[in-house]
Amino acid sequence: MTASLQHPGYDPERLLCVAEKMPCRVAQAGTLLSLMGEPAQYSYPSIFLYGHRSTGKSHVINTLLMDLELPHATVSCVECVSVGLMFERVLLELFGPDTSTLLPRSPSLSDFVRIYRQQAPLSPANQTRYIVIEMAELLRDMDSNLLPVLVRLQELVDDNVTVILLSEIVWDRFRPNTGCFEPLILYFPDYSKGDLQQILSQDIHPSYSPELYSAFINILLGVFYSVCRDLRELRHLAALNFSKFCEPLKEGKVKESDTHKLWRNIEPHLKKAMQTVYLRDVSSVQWEQQLQQTEEKECAALKGLSAHAHVELPYYSKFLLIAAYLASYNPARTDRRFFLKHHGKIKKTNFLKKHEKTSNHLLGPKPFPLDRLLAIFYSVVDSRVAPSASVFSQISSLVTLQLLTQLGHDDQLDAPKYKCAVALDFIRAISRTVNFDIVKYLYDFL
Amino acid sequence: MSTSSVSKGCFVFKPSAKKRRKTSDMVDYFSHGCDGGEDSSLRYTLCKKLWDTIKEETESLQDELNRQILEGLLHFIKRCCSGPRHTAGPWEARMRASEIPTAALVLGVNVPDHDMTFQSLCELLQQSVTPHVACLQAKECGALKGLMRKVLERLVGSAAEEEADEEEGDTHPHPKGAHCTLATLCEWYETKSKKSSTPGKKRSSEEEPARPPIVIIFKDLEAFNPRVLQDFILICSRYVEQLPLILVFGIATSPSTIQQVLPHSVSSLLCIELFQSLSCTQHLSTVMDKLILTHHFPFKPNAKVLQVLVSIFLYHDFSVRNFIKGLKLALLEHYLNQPLSVLCCEKKEEVELNTTQLSHRGLESVRQLASFRRYVEQQQPQEQVALLTSDQHMKETCKKLLKDLHKYHKNYYPVLRCLHALTRSLPRVPLGKQIRELHITCLEGNVWEREEYRSAMQLLRMLAKEELLRELRGCQDILKLCRSTKMRAPLERLQELLDQFERLDEAKPETAANEDMTSPAKSMEKKTDLFQLQKTLLEMKETRRTKKLSGFEILRNEALDFIDALVRSHLVPPETQPLHEVCYYSSSALLRRHLNATPRTSIQTALSSPYHYLQNDALLTEDGGVSNAAPDLCIVHKLHLECGRLINLYDWLEAYATVVSAAEGKDPESEEYGKVDELKHARFIQAVSELQFLGFIKSTKQKTDHVARLTWGGC
Repeated sequence: MTASLQHPGYDPERLLCVAEKMPCRVAQAGTLLSLMGEPAQYSYPSIFLYGHRSTGKSHVINTLLMDLELPHATVSCVECVSVGLMFERVLLELFGPDTSTLLPRSPSLSDFVRIYRQQAPLSPANQTRYIVIEMAELLRDMDSNLLPVLVRLQELVDDNVTVILLSEIVWDRFRPNTGCFEPLILYFPDYSKGDLQQILSQDIHPSYSPELYSAFINILLGVFYSVCRDLRELRHLAALNFSKFCEPLKEGKVKESDTHKLWRNIEPHLKKAMQTVYLRDVSSVQWEQQLQQTEEKECAALKGLSAHAHVELPYYSKFLLIAAYLASYNPARTDRRFFLKHHGKIKKTNFLKKHEKTSNHLLGPKPFPLDRLLAIFYSVVDSRVAPSASVFSQISSLVTLQLLTQLGHDDQLDAPKYKCAVALDFIRAISRTVNFDIVKYLYDFL
Repeated sequence: MSTSSVSKGCFVFKPSAKKRRKTSDMVDYFSHGCDGGEDSSLRYTLCKKLWDTIKEETESLQDELNRQILEGLLHFIKRCCSGPRHTAGPWEARMRASEIPTAALVLGVNVPDHDMTFQSLCELLQQSVTPHVACLQAKECGALKGLMRKVLERLVGSAAEEEADEEEGDTHPHPKGAHCTLATLCEWYETKSKKSSTPGKKRSSEEEPARPPIVIIFKDLEAFNPRVLQDFILICSRYVEQLPLILVFGIATSPSTIQQVLPHSVSSLLCIELFQSLSCTQHLSTVMDKLILTHHFPFKPNAKVLQVLVSIFLYHDFSVRNFIKGLKLALLEHYLNQPLSVLCCEKKEEVELNTTQLSHRGLESVRQLASFRRYVEQQQPQEQVALLTSDQHMKETCKKLLKDLHKYHKNYYPVLRCLHALTRSLPRVPLGKQIRELHITCLEGNVWEREEYRSAMQLLRMLAKEELLRELRGCQDILKLCRSTKMRAPLERLQELLDQFERLDEAKPETAANEDMTSPAKSMEKKTDLFQLQKTLLEMKETRRTKKLSGFEILRNEALDFIDALVRSHLVPPETQPLHEVCYYSSSALLRRHLNATPRTSIQTALSSPYHYLQNDALLTEDGGVSNAAPDLCIVHKLHLECGRLINLYDWLEAYATVVSAAEGKDPESEEYGKVDELKHARFIQAVSELQFLGFIKSTKQKTDHVARLTWGGC
């Protein structure tokens, strides 16, 4: 880590400056630089960088390219709803705005290569051009020939160009069936706790001493490191909670050196933050507002998103949902037992096949046909219901509300199948409102 | 003009030669359907006027109800665009991850009602905060590309139109497919905000910030493809520094769907604030309150109709809009089919005028009304004759009766509200929690004869003083609100009672003494034999121990007797009122058939008993089966009911041919009988394909020459 960035092709002072911008990532940057070689040299056709979220992949590569003033184009795959957009962006950033207009309406790969070959000699660069592709895992969902072409673009366009792919997943998951050119692979490991401490401590609050902030970060990491190593999130949380941490200092109750008292003050808040604001159950603005409020009011705590789980439904929709739940979690063969009056005795052990003996709730919902849903519906609903159009339309509105999922095709004639997508707690709450004891009808709870 | 068909539908009537060339508008349509032709246009105008008032009323009500949530939302959006990033210190601003401000708008499962809310939200936003609003629906955004295009179209497109209005020649071209990216939007926004910051533009007024936010509304979050939504949010978060984006999620179920739809990595990019709208049942109560529980609107649904409308709401869709539509249908039907609806007008003068203009035929139909006949029977013989013979006298009586009906309504609703105010907080609410339930009970029959009413009264007689006083004061307020002459006396009486309650505290010892004085005196009278005396003394002792009838209790009983009398005199069901048919719409079955259609049952009926619809005597059979003269489709359907899950087409054809031959009257012994000729074959094939079209069978690959049945049951 202490090793500074060195490369014969670049000015050492500039490198020093670059290295300062990427704490704890100097080793990776060094490797990258040596892979890239000197600016004028031909570089390896493609490099694949991977590592978890916020491990500095984009940051390192962008800082290097920007600060060393290398010609490059950066594209994020998530933005490229079509391949054309990606080509356009690349050409635009490499050769200026005029080139992108040369592309035909829905450009193919060969159009791109053709125009690239046209343009490359017109603006000759004696440095390697770089194309950085972020979130490269989405490339797999695009045209199947795109990835193999990108990794050996250098050959195709006959130019000194290197494609750098950034991804959160490993290369093994990219490799197409037909095989392709293997890029150089570079792994960005997670930041260690020490790294995080070092990086986060750099954001010193101007009105407090670096030691205090560092102490705060230490406490923060103590609480959050076990659940979150995402630098971006941690920084966000630090910003949200620092003012609370400083509260006793402002009021003059505690000295800066008395870290234990400060810790006692902030720790419960951080624990609470982990359950609420970190999960985005409570928005950060709400969290800040709450922190500003006084202690007494805090008891009337914020209700997060998950607190509002109650859903109001029309009467028959409730029963349809209950019927769907029963159909999803009871084996079809047990329907006789639950919904017929004279079903005779059925022993649980002998009655079922072996695989049905495991809890259906562990296995998850099973698909059922519409007929079965309606049959159960008519036997659980207490009044006579006419099979009116609105009963059927309620089924489809339950599907749009994602309380049911429809499987397979949309053809209503072809006996559609559904699955119930709600949890046991939810359905229990629903059936309580209509005085229906659902547990008595569930095979798992017999 | 008429058709021989029974089914209701559209029929083409070619205009007879020169007669009326102009296109028929609503009035003509109305008069075509009307029973009594002459005053149909008058009825149409009345109906239209009434409906317009109702519509206006509901719209203003909707705005009223939505105001709170919309104002909260507006406030949130304004706060977001003025920005917490600017208010907080520079350090926090730098450190805070840039989240996209998001409003989660929980609107309930009554999806049909949402459109109105979103529309008024859009209008409000465009008026007061930002011109850049894009409303998205899930069905138009199947893929990310479509979503992007819609966003840009809505934002850039709307601005381009506006631009074109302001200055010609400088219009933005609509974005082409390939260029629909947020980067394009970014550029557009930059030029836009640069332009507006130059002075002389009307956009740069004080209340509008220099950089108006871009609001993107997702009308139905649940229906969006989660993948698309996630990608869109990821893209947005890359531009949030340059574009002041604000998202609004319309949620039908519960806010936790956000967590189900979006993974943590995406939801951590959002700063979600929750807005909960009024529940739809509350919404319905207010609508009912304004439209039905008032004497302002002359049109009234009767108990059964109201029951149908409310049950459709509660059991099926929770949609207030559909409820109002149902009411509209009832209104239309009433004016269309009830000739006397001409008397059902909002204003007194109109009623008088229309009564005087009533034709002889109209008066005859009044005389035939059941309620009117009942009224006549109660009159003196002389009066009866006058009513039945003199049209003039009849008109005067009608006026009087209609006035009485109006007065009845004027008194009915305040008393209803009083009774509801008294009973709604009783334990186990015997008369219903909602006023509509009580209203329906009262419409159905004499409410005081019901068991529920009795138990409610019993409970009321046990109320503590504070509660009773509170409720009575509530009643007083309700009665004060209504300006009816008949209500003045009860109001005074109530005031008197309340005063007595107030005075009770001071006067308590006195009354107690009084009571002591009276009760022995009472017992003295009966001091005839020893046994009797002993008995009365025992009774007295017991009563005194259990419920010392204090002054308060006496007063309470008095008050409740007063309420009871009020109920008995004013909450009589409308059926007892003469001429109630003018105002009350009663064909609930028709309404149910229209609003809660049962297509499947209708198809079954049509197929199994074709006589029901065709009314052809040849189709009548004794045992209710299908006669062999029935349409091919019915025969084929009947035959297919006799089969199992898989139907052999050839057997089916043979059976069909036999039945049809019998219908043709061929001799069973002859060789031709039951033989399949080309014609029969073709008819059979057509009937089978019709059956397939109706969804009774489908082709299957399980067995050759077989089709699969999609229904079960049968013979």
